[in-house]
Amino acid sequence: MTAASGARSAWPSSLVTWAVVALIAAFPWFGGRFYVDLALTIMISAIFALSLELLVGMTGLVSFGHAAFFGIAAYAVALLSPAPGAPALWWLLPAAVGLAALYAAIVGALSLRTRGIYFIMVTLAFAQMAYYVFHDTPLGRGSDGIYVSAKPLITVAGHNVLDLARPLTFYYFTLACLVATFGFLALVARSKFGHALAGIKANEQRMRAAGFSTFAYKLAAFVIAGALAGIAGFLYAVKDGFVNPEILAWHQSGVVLLMIILGGIGSLRGAVVGAFAFTLLKELAQSEALFGTFAKHWQLTLGIVIIVCVAAMPNGLVGIASATKRRIAPILDA
Amino acid sequence: MAPSGSCRRRHDVVVTFAAFLIQCLNALQYGLLLFLVASGLTLIFGILGVINLAHGSFYMIGAYLAYALAPFVAGHFGGSLFATLAIGVALAVAFGYALEWGFVSYLYERDHLQQVLMTYGLILVFEELRSILVGDDVHGVAAPGWLAGSVPLGELMTYPVYRLFMSAICLLVALAQYVVIARTRLGMAIRAGASNREMAQSLGVNIRFLYRVVFAGGVALAVFAGMIAAPVSSVYPGMGNQVLIVCFVVVVIGGIGSIRGAFIASLLVGAVDTFGKVFFPQAAGVLVYVLMAAVLLWRPEGLFRET
Amino acid sequence: MKRRFRWLMRTLVFCTLAVTATGALAQGKIKVGFMLPYTGTYAALGNAIENGFRLYVQEQGGKLGGREIEYVKVDDESEPSKAVDNINKLIKRDNVDVVVGTVHSGVAMAMAKVAKESDTLLVVPNAGADAVTGAMCAPNIFRTSFSNWQPGYAMGVVAAQRGAKKVVTITWKYAAGDESVGGFKEGLEKGGGQVVKELTLPFPNVEFQALLTEIASIKPDAVYAFFAGGGAVKFVKDYAAAGLNKTIPLYGPGFLTDGTLEAQGAAAQGMLTTLHYADGLDNAKDKAFRAAYQAAYKSAPDVYAVQGYDAAQLLGVGLAAVKGDLAKRAELVAAMESSKIDSPRGVFTFSKSHNPVQDIYLRTVDGTQNKFTGVVLKAIADPSRGCKM
Repeated sequence: MTAASGARSAWPSSLVTWAVVALIAAFPWFGGRFYVDLALTIMISAIFALSLELLVGMTGLVSFGHAAFFGIAAYAVALLSPAPGAPALWWLLPAAVGLAALYAAIVGALSLRTRGIYFIMVTLAFAQMAYYVFHDTPLGRGSDGIYVSAKPLITVAGHNVLDLARPLTFYYFTLACLVATFGFLALVARSKFGHALAGIKANEQRMRAAGFSTFAYKLAAFVIAGALAGIAGFLYAVKDGFVNPEILAWHQSGVVLLMIILGGIGSLRGAVVGAFAFTLLKELAQSEALFGTFAKHWQLTLGIVIIVCVAAMPNGLVGIASATKRRIAPILDA
Repeated sequence: MAPSGSCRRRHDVVVTFAAFLIQCLNALQYGLLLFLVASGLTLIFGILGVINLAHGSFYMIGAYLAYALAPFVAGHFGGSLFATLAIGVALAVAFGYALEWGFVSYLYERDHLQQVLMTYGLILVFEELRSILVGDDVHGVAAPGWLAGSVPLGELMTYPVYRLFMSAICLLVALAQYVVIARTRLGMAIRAGASNREMAQSLGVNIRFLYRVVFAGGVALAVFAGMIAAPVSSVYPGMGNQVLIVCFVVVVIGGIGSIRGAFIASLLVGAVDTFGKVFFPQAAGVLVYVLMAAVLLWRPEGLFRET
Repeated sequence: MKRRFRWLMRTLVFCTLAVTATGALAQGKIKVGFMLPYTGTYAALGNAIENGFRLYVQEQGGKLGGREIEYVKVDDESEPSKAVDNINKLIKRDNVDVVVGTVHSGVAMAMAKVAKESDTLLVVPNAGADAVTGAMCAPNIFRTSFSNWQPGYAMGVVAAQRGAKKVVTITWKYAAGDESVGGFKEGLEKGGGQVVKELTLPFPNVEFQALLTEIASIKPDAVYAFFAGGGAVKFVKDYAAAGLNKTIPLYGPGFLTDGTLEAQGAAAQGMLTTLHYADGLDNAKDKAFRAAYQAAYKSAPDVYAVQGYDAAQLLGVGLAAVKGDLAKRAELVAAMESSKIDSPRGVFTFSKSHNPVQDIYLRTVDGTQNKFTGVVLKAIADPSRGCKM
């Protein structure tokens, strides 16, 4: 994404990207049930991480309440699904994403007046509010969560064109959403809007002096990020058929921040890599095959790894990859 | 036999007033306890510039210390409450000193996001270390005998003496903090370091040492709070997380770095939380955050901004 | 060349035999997946259940239905949000044959949903969520504990008998709390009483002070509380510290005082609770069970250990009937449905929805024991509302 990655290096990196997509697409044919489930979880987390990347990496707004939009969309799926019978995808997805974007608009309008640590705390506050609404009021049916009775589908003239209850269909639908989100954000980054956001991240006062209404740009970014998080939330609710207030908890907001910092802030690939690395890390730390009985203390392993990674890799995994590439490049050129 | 007519009305008023008084005491006690933990957090945040998410873990460590030290102190010092507290605080200061030297000092140059995430990792480490060392059971800690009774308030209700003791001791510690910060040379150095670090350094204040002392002090406050709260709240895994988030709310409402702000904000949050649970049980959790959002929208940098 | 060919063939045959042999041996062991809380406020309960289960299997020589048992464990942390992931780990990654769990009703509901959808055998050794043997009942789901309604209803009957007309209930706001209070309300109203206020706080919050003050200001005839594990310890102690236990009797299902009396101490003395188990039951099985448990684990068993023990018994009955062949699911289920479990709590059978039909006892706290004080309801089944089996 930097100016240095000229025409030559842009081609191999997108080749790698497409190879990865192909690998993910082929995975259900050779992966076991559990690992396909894991791949789905990673893809959903990747979409969630990408949505936060728009805020943190591209606009410089560190939000500690991003899980709220994820959770609202997931709950929308659970609450709006008519029982019994399968809800229609064509209105359920926009409704869920729309509600998430609506809350993002409200939160953004109110919190973008603050900055720095106060902005972080206000976004946390609004996420906690949403959490408590679902946790304590009859709307959310409490801390045990709600079940989604049936998975959405699209019917055209009586035929099930797209039935998300079929695992393979759902898998490719999720992959399509991931690719679409990635592509969309890549386009945004190259657009005038994206450049304005980058300018705001670098120096907001200068942008304002140049005549940009930075508040409007920031709000737009906030709402789009909320909507994209909503897509991830929708997929999450459909995947397991179960939503729970904990998906709005501040731990979730922290975890998604961790994913993008692990992968590398400022890079879309970083968000995806971070989601993948974090989920894998969690699975490995919990694996009894690797750690035996110590596996039940997996949070210790995870905690130490987090500390080490954040301390040693300020640019994340992607940063390490490009640093290595830079070191190898002169050798390759010669 | 229920009293009749105006007799009953007076009875109801007396009962309601007694209930109100008790809720006020509850709010005060909760608020003061919050203040102990939050003041440490705001000092660390305001003076060291470090966001420490692991602050709740210190509270948890304090509670587990109270549980673990009880048999030891009973054996050697005859079970004195103050002995337990003294040992606990001493251990906390040593621990805080070591932690600052070994970990926190590396956080000063980092940006807020990295601090948040590294201290988040620290929370996980502390929780698991606790799990390995002491296990995951829930424990009760007995209040010392001379504090275990109840004071009658009105005809039917009593209020536990221990909670009154808690409020009193928190108030004492708050006063002590004020005295130290406002009236001693150390406090002067702290205030100088907070307003202008380089200037204070060039004037001969040993900033490194100062930061270590402040951090150790903050840890000690949180540990102390955990220790005295243990008989009331029980000792259980995850107790740190709940306290942490409320303390952050307190610190932000009060203004980062302001002890005065933390004091007012703690009492405010204590009141909102306690009365919220009584009048709006379903919305109780939300109210504290609504309060924070409202305060920040009115005063984006908290109630008292320490310059 | 010919020699090499012969050698190759011999190696191939040997390998195939070895693989099938290990395959058969591996097929020999039944994989039991424990999904229990090993951390958090219910950790002690999870451990007790596993201990009880293992004790029974040990007593049978490590085999049920002629096949050895191997165990896989997952800590569900009493977190409904992680429930689906955790049970999927057991079913899809570890490929267990039976899932045994759990304590928390919210987690159990997620487990029941996944077990129903994947047709995995599930034995619930504690979680009382009414839906597990109600709306979400299934042929492959069994419970050896109770439904939240059962002890609650019994306590309501007792409270009404003792003249309580105005009662306040207090519990955690989750499925188990709601259902326990619901059962109590039903029993109380049948006896002419009334619940005047239902207080709740979020799980696993233990800041009771404000609510205790409210109870004092309402001045009911009695209080019904549902808490378990660490929360139960704290509540009973706080209730006594607030001075309420002297004037307003505290009632609750047995979870309020089971496994917690040592920590609760003087605060719990004299309390009445209802449960399907008690100390001092006059039956041989209980005496033998307690002796064996004490010898094996150096601590006294509680109701949770009994439920774990009975879960293993139930599985044993089923496996014996099909001689260890799990593929014969229909016969396995039929045998389990019609079984009469000789439990330390007494003999019990199963209702059509696979919930125990059992006696509920009245217990009084005396020292560190919940002493058996009488039978409240004989052979009561839970209403299984919504079960279509």
